[in-house]
Amino acid sequence: MKYAYFPGCSLEGTAKDFGESARAVCQALGIEIQDVPDWVCCGATPGHAYDEALGVALSVRTMLNAKRVSNSMMVLCAACYNRAKMSNHAMKTRPEIRAKVETAVGEPYAGDVEVVHLLEVLDRQYGLENLKKKIVRPLTGLKVACYYGCLLVRPPKIMQFDDPENPTIMERILATTGVELVEDWSHKVECCGAAFAMARTDVVVRCVNDILKSAEAAGADALVVACPLCQANCDMRQGEANQAFGEHHDLPVVYFTQLLGLALGLSPHQVGLQRPMISTGGLLEKLHVGA
Amino acid sequence: MVVKEIGTPEAARFRQDINRRIAGQVEKCYQCGKCSAGCPIANEMDLMPNQVIRLVQIGLKDKATHCRSIWLCAGCVTCTTRCPQEVEIASVMEAVRHVAIEEGVEPPPEVRHTATFTEVFLRSVRRHGRIFEPGMVMGFNLRSCQPMKDAEKGPKMFLKGKLNLLPHRVKDRGPVRRIFQRLVPKL
Repeated sequence: MKYAYFPGCSLEGTAKDFGESARAVCQALGIEIQDVPDWVCCGATPGHAYDEALGVALSVRTMLNAKRVSNSMMVLCAACYNRAKMSNHAMKTRPEIRAKVETAVGEPYAGDVEVVHLLEVLDRQYGLENLKKKIVRPLTGLKVACYYGCLLVRPPKIMQFDDPENPTIMERILATTGVELVEDWSHKVECCGAAFAMARTDVVVRCVNDILKSAEAAGADALVVACPLCQANCDMRQGEANQAFGEHHDLPVVYFTQLLGLALGLSPHQVGLQRPMISTGGLLEKLHVGA
Repeated sequence: MVVKEIGTPEAARFRQDINRRIAGQVEKCYQCGKCSAGCPIANEMDLMPNQVIRLVQIGLKDKATHCRSIWLCAGCVTCTTRCPQEVEIASVMEAVRHVAIEEGVEPPPEVRHTATFTEVFLRSVRRHGRIFEPGMVMGFNLRSCQPMKDAEKGPKMFLKGKLNLLPHRVKDRGPVRRIFQRLVPKL
């Protein structure tokens, strides 16, 4: 089955490592993806924060283009995923929004493109048993905390992704690699401050500090994420958190696709492990992998 | 749920307008405060999320549209997820913000930059069809009068290959322009 792939703006910029590792993992597993032709920005938080129909229309534009490739659209970015599902829901349940959006995009759309995340594809379609067979470099000796943040899991009625308070899909997938997983920690679905990264950096620094402290207290060697904004905030603001709160954070923040790719035998470079601001050298040393 | 009207017609109109925008009923809130207890941004807010809901319930539009909290809600949706009455609190915060934007209410000074960021971000999308991150950050820094904000991060990100020097534009920018023209001509 072929998926229309919507990378989104971040995966071609500040989250390039997410983009390159996701493509490499799909290729290694034989998951067929083809880019949505001329996809547009989903508007992320600013889109719907400014105007509800605007946020919906931007996602709908991309989903209409996706139909040219497949009726199933695979999304990696948590914000793009959330906005696509929210937009489908609005098109199905809010006639007044649908009317405005259809006028703006100039085409009818019934909210019928299936939106899936690579985590869901691996868990529900590819299958964990099949995945396990592909692992050639077990990640034993490394302990990680899976951090989900907001957009993948909430609002649960529309996302229908996983348990909204204690999701475990990333753990289930990473367990196939032999990595040790932090079982209980408090900040798995707490917000990182998200889109306030620029406008209210102080808020982000406080949120990030709490998340890092919680993961460190649980003994994590790294934070594993599935959202470009979670990664950017938790990775790039550690210095400021150290300064503001007298902490000594130095915790690598990596995408689940980077660890999975490594376990599938890809090189650290192929999955972009040289790109995070906090060095991942210590992790590779623990795994006895040369950069 | 049957609602007995007790306030002024203006108050009822505001409440009904918000209900229409969220496709829900703010009247269902019985003020347990669970939304505020779990809100990660609550300690930056002037009004707790449950207080904003209360203002909408009793129709105090001016107070609701002039508070800081509607600009500080990060949209994490923890409140909505946990509400025992299934009130969509995050959507209410957003709907009140939409009313404020439509009516030209100036955000309070402490949260002015959040509104600036939203506008700068969306103008970048309107222009390129996709976000051009370095251009957007520079635009935000200039408009918020802090030209050197995060400047030290730029060279490091560039060396890590996380910065594009040129925008990745969509090929056909017509459809995006049309969406902005039709829906938010004032932006």
